[in-house]
Amino acid sequence: MAVADRIERDVLVAAPPERLWEVLTRPEHIDQWFQGMTTQVDLRPGGAMVLASEEFGKIYAVVEKVEPPRLFSYRWARHPDTPVAEGTATLVEFTLTPEGDGTRVRVVESGFTSTDAVKVDQARHAEANSQGWRIVLDDLRRYGEQHAA
Amino acid sequence: MPPDPVGVGSAGEADRVFVALADPTRRQLLDVLAARGEASATALAVDLPVSRQAVVKHLAVLDRAGLVRGARRGRELRYRVRPERLDATARWLAGLAAEWDARLAAIKRLAEAAEPPRRP
Repeated sequence: MAVADRIERDVLVAAPPERLWEVLTRPEHIDQWFQGMTTQVDLRPGGAMVLASEEFGKIYAVVEKVEPPRLFSYRWARHPDTPVAEGTATLVEFTLTPEGDGTRVRVVESGFTSTDAVKVDQARHAEANSQGWRIVLDDLRRYGEQHAA
Repeated sequence: MPPDPVGVGSAGEADRVFVALADPTRRQLLDVLAARGEASATALAVDLPVSRQAVVKHLAVLDRAGLVRGARRGRELRYRVRPERLDATARWLAGLAAEWDARLAAIKRLAEAAEPPRRP
C-alpha cells in the first residue's frame, strides 16, 4: 500500500449477508442509515448514485463494483454539487463476510490523496516514498480510529 | 465526502493537506525540515535531490496547506514545520471515521430489526 490515506471501520451484524446487501444498496434503506439523505441508485458498475440533502445539497457518486452479497463500492465527490472526477472523489468499499451466525460489515474510504498529479508522482517515486511521512499518515489514521468512538 | 461535521472550510483545508502530503518530495522536504528545526530554501536544496527553485515551489504548496511557516532572519527566509494543521487533519479524519461508525451502527440496527438473530 502506498500512502495510508484511508478510513477503515467494521461492525458485526446478526443478519445474513443477503439481508445486509439489501440494507446497503436499496435507496429506501440507505435513506434510513444515511441520515438526512434521499438516495437514488442505479445499481450497476458505472451507474449513477445521488445522495440529496437539504443541508448539504447533492452529493454525486458513481457505482464501481456490484458483487452481491459480498462487495459494493462507489466513488463519491468530496464536495456537494460537484461531479465525480479524478482527484475530487474518494472510494467507499463495503465488504460483507460471513462470521459465525452473522456478517462482518467492513467499510473502507480511501483516496484522500489521489489526485492526477499524485498518481503520476506515486508511479514515478514508488520506491522513493519517504518512510517518515508514511508513518505520520499512519499515525493520523490510528488517531482517527482511536478518537472516533 | 460530506456530511462534514466541522464545515466545508475544514474539508477544504484537509484537502490541501492531503494534496501537499501526497507528493514524495514534499514529504521528504518536511522530514528534512523537521529534523533541522529551521532552514532556508537554499539549505534545504543541499539535502534534497532537487533544485532550489523546486524547493521554493514545494515550500509554497506546504505553506498554503499550513504545514510550514516562513520567517525573515536577516536576509534569509527560514522555514519551520507547523504541527497544528496535521493535528487538525487528524481530527477531521477522526470526524469522518465517527460518521462511518454512526452509519454502521444504523446499518446494524436496520438489518437486525428485520432479521432476528438465528439460534444454532
